Amino acid sequence: MSGIGGMRAAGIVFVKECRESLRDRRVLINALLLGPLLGPLLFVLLLRLTITRQLTAAERPLAVAIIGAQRAPNLVAALEQQGLEVLPPVADPEDAVRAQRLALALRITPSYAADWRAGRPAQVEIIYDSSRRDTGASLQRLQVMLENYSRRIAAMRLMVRGLAPTLLAPVVAAGRDQATPQARGALLFAMLPYFLIFSALIGGMWLAIDSTAGERERASLEPLLINPVPRDRILLGKVLATGAFSLASLVLALLAFMVAGALMPADQLGISLRLGPAVIAVILPVMIPLVLLLVIGQVLATAFSRSAREAQTYLGLLQLVPVIPSVVLSILPIREQLWMYAVPLLGQQLTIMKLLRAEPLAPLNVALCALVTLLVAAAAFWAARRNYQTERLAITA
Amino acid sequence: MIEARELRKAFGATQAVDGVSFIARDGQITGLLGANGAGKTTTLRLLYTLMQPDAGQVLVDGLDAGREPLAVRRRLGVLPDARGLYRRLTARENIAYFAALQGLDAHAAAARIELLLDTLSMHDIADRRAEGFSQGERLKTALARALVHDPRNVLLDEPTNGLDVMATRSLREFLRGLAAEGRCVLFSTHVMQEVAALCDRIVIIGRGRVVADGTPDALRAQAHEQSLEEAFVKLIGTAVLEGMA
Repeated sequence: MSGIGGMRAAGIVFVKECRESLRDRRVLINALLLGPLLGPLLFVLLLRLTITRQLTAAERPLAVAIIGAQRAPNLVAALEQQGLEVLPPVADPEDAVRAQRLALALRITPSYAADWRAGRPAQVEIIYDSSRRDTGASLQRLQVMLENYSRRIAAMRLMVRGLAPTLLAPVVAAGRDQATPQARGALLFAMLPYFLIFSALIGGMWLAIDSTAGERERASLEPLLINPVPRDRILLGKVLATGAFSLASLVLALLAFMVAGALMPADQLGISLRLGPAVIAVILPVMIPLVLLLVIGQVLATAFSRSAREAQTYLGLLQLVPVIPSVVLSILPIREQLWMYAVPLLGQQLTIMKLLRAEPLAPLNVALCALVTLLVAAAAFWAARRNYQTERLAITA
Repeated sequence: MIEARELRKAFGATQAVDGVSFIARDGQITGLLGANGAGKTTTLRLLYTLMQPDAGQVLVDGLDAGREPLAVRRRLGVLPDARGLYRRLTARENIAYFAALQGLDAHAAAARIELLLDTLSMHDIADRRAEGFSQGERLKTALARALVHDPRNVLLDEPTNGLDVMATRSLREFLRGLAAEGRCVLFSTHVMQEVAALCDRIVIIGRGRVVADGTPDALRAQAHEQSLEEAFVKLIGTAVLEGMA
């Protein structure tokens, strides 16, 4: 009877871990269903909500309570023409707005008619609550309506006096938005890198727990380690099995995002959310070193914990780590620099966001990102290997 | 043959094993008898290379466990105190996993597993998942798993723990069979009757040291007692009493 080669031993452990996990409903639901689908689902729901909200908000008539409408019939008629719906006046509009019974109120001051006739600026008051979410858009619409009316009257008055209405517009600004449709979509996709990393973490989590802390808790680790196989080969097999599930979860998440992107009413917004096979073909190799690192991190964390429950706590905390670069990237619009690609997690998130914005990738950056991530993964494996060599590892408390 | 030479192992300030030496010979059943906490499990863990001794040497069939741990493990079949199974694998799959790790090819493994299923009469549970196994069924599976590579030396840590009378009896029969095949069988226990019924040779351990070592008859003669139990009490005396305190 001769010894078995190291890779074969790792292969045996790999096959057994995969087979056992595929029979575990908890693993299947978490790693292959919840993990990959939670992100895309949440994403679609949120996006649909905001998009339909924006669309309907722009098309809906703007309902405004007008106090003193009889003082300015021309103004009210002009507003109505622009899509304003007049609500009956209320006694105390400030209170009504504060109590959220009313979104917007317009008060035409008592002196309006007198000022108008005298050619003085006639005042109207907009009563609103800026702390309410929808107010911004409605307020802006009302202001634009009022401005349009004001500009029209001013132009008429100038013409009556024999002056050119263009006098009122010495400078005209015209916006030229340089964002590509993909880039506008990428703003909405800012959370996508996190969802991808999240799915990879969820995919590996149960295997990582089961294969070390779980084995120790169920008292099967000691018999396993008595086999004539170096411990690092056993560790390698477990890491690879965890990685396989992690990767499977990631691939499923990418496919789900692909479907989700195609289902979005993106054309209506003039943005592109397509996450095609070509993009995925680049994202996957970018993510693989990171998946390796995350998986080794998970196995390392569980090898240090005394029970499966403790391992679960550690991995729960680990889950939060990739949120940090996501949040930083979405809040602070920092200019990307080369060093950022040398930070695992951050580098991958930057790369994926660039891909989604359809911007060219610098090969140097991508290579740096992969290299550093692999180096950190190797260091983590070395640490896990050391931990696996300790005598207390196998001992069930 | 398993030989322990002056083994020492400390955990922090506790000297768990304090100079243990003995020989377990081929074709014999050797019992490692001692109270709970006497150092039996640690001694066995040193023998089956899960732990490294602070000092001393372990020889298995003449191979130094410190220098060739993998070769030594191939010559050992071990039923440790921890004998958890993989619950989502069947008994057969549990055994086959260890067969593969021991380096058996699929064909040899299948034949060997059939044989063990026969000897341990566990055909009825062979293809059931280990999930709902009874103590006895679990022990059989763990035993088969430990012996799948046909080892010359068999180490068992408290093998009868948690077994009912019938299961204990058949386990004894099985161990006698192993010794009759010429294997070296070494097991630990804290149960007097176990060694009395089974052992060719008894090594009594108290507080990490070997207190007595010999055949049951020799031990009785040494203590000038008719019953082995009395001899046991006399031989370890205060060592065990303190160990149990």
